[in-house]
Amino acid sequence: MTTDQTALLQYALGEADDALILGQRLCEWCYHAPYLEEDLALANVSLDFLGRAQNFYQYAAQLDPQQRTADQLAMLRDSREFRNLLIVELPIGDFAFTMARQFLLDCFYVEFMTALQGSADPNMAGIAAKAIKESQYHLRRSHEWLLRLGDGTEESHRRMQIALDQIWGYTMEMFENSPAENELLAEGIAVDRSALKPAWDTRVNTALVEATLSRPEDGWSVRGGRDGIHTEHHGHLLSELQFLQRAYPGLEW
Amino acid sequence: MGAIPLLHQECLEREARRRESACPELWDLLDTVKDPEIPVLSIWELGVLQDVQRDGDKITVVITPTYSGCPAMHAMQQDVERALSDAGWSQVEVRQQLSPAWSTRWMTPQARQALAEYGIAPPCTNQNELPQCPQCHSEQVDRISEFGSTACKALYKCRDCLEPFDYFKCL
Ligand SMILES: [Zn+2]
Repeated sequence: MTTDQTALLQYALGEADDALILGQRLCEWCYHAPYLEEDLALANVSLDFLGRAQNFYQYAAQLDPQQRTADQLAMLRDSREFRNLLIVELPIGDFAFTMARQFLLDCFYVEFMTALQGSADPNMAGIAAKAIKESQYHLRRSHEWLLRLGDGTEESHRRMQIALDQIWGYTMEMFENSPAENELLAEGIAVDRSALKPAWDTRVNTALVEATLSRPEDGWSVRGGRDGIHTEHHGHLLSELQFLQRAYPGLEW
Repeated sequence: MGAIPLLHQECLEREARRRESACPELWDLLDTVKDPEIPVLSIWELGVLQDVQRDGDKITVVITPTYSGCPAMHAMQQDVERALSDAGWSQVEVRQQLSPAWSTRWMTPQARQALAEYGIAPPCTNQNELPQCPQCHSEQVDRISEFGSTACKALYKCRDCLEPFDYFKCL
């Protein structure tokens, strides 16, 4: 296997893990959302991310020298082997926290998937072409919630501001290229994450002003997800996500 | 509005593949495979069926998923395999192809008509347009939810006849 293929596997896995873990977090709202329509919406957004994860895992499985299947990659790796960004694994918190995270990620994904559509790797570009349409739709909704809660009641404004303050330090990791990404950058396969920051800043700043919220200070930041160093929440999430395959190996639907 | 509707390039190519196919009977056979969630639409009308090829006894079918996580895709794949094996074809491969990404622009005019008659408002041409009420054709509608019972639908309510209805989202 060439170095390139190793890097590409890492790249596909990172994207797959991000989508899987976020999808799992979002579906925790099932039956718990503020009202029925919101319940449906969160479950559907979750489904989009699980589907996105499946696409990336299927591609990763083709590249895997150990020949693991997409299901095995998702269900049988341990926490230290997961490469997802920390921001997606944080617990759902209150509704404001979930929507704040979603908005910040949707803004990112709209930029990221647009760029990935132009990837020199046709498989990555193909997955991105599907994902971009979904992310645009997600952003429309999370943007509306940011406005509604930020510029809503005193209580909803307070909660949204707290959510932003709590999550802010986890956004920096989205803009850092992993060694695998740096390797693939030269060939036009990977997206340069750092280059997406100005466009993301503009989107976020504009929306925050509209929502009468203040942009948190860039004082602290946490990272480690791409190296497999996760928060204390990650193992708990996996224990629920992977329970069935761990307890009944090879079980099929 | 009022302009001549233009057929999308990918749409034309898909239609050409069917028109010029060496195995038209297989395309016709697959017209019996419907969307499990919307049984008035065949996978051809929905725009999911992309290509059918025969190489001796071996059939390859190419389908494009509507949404990344659409659970109906798995059912459609199995239904394609079943329809072909019932007709005596034992070597069938169904391949999912992501690119070019599926779009509601690929839906046939018959599909749009069938959707409306079924009570689901067909997709508009862009994300900012509002659908018409499939019951009374009123344009006075409110969106209740960005998502409905499946990933491909949103929920609306008509201000004139007061009926709620599903809208097949534009993608
Ligand atoms: Zn009506």
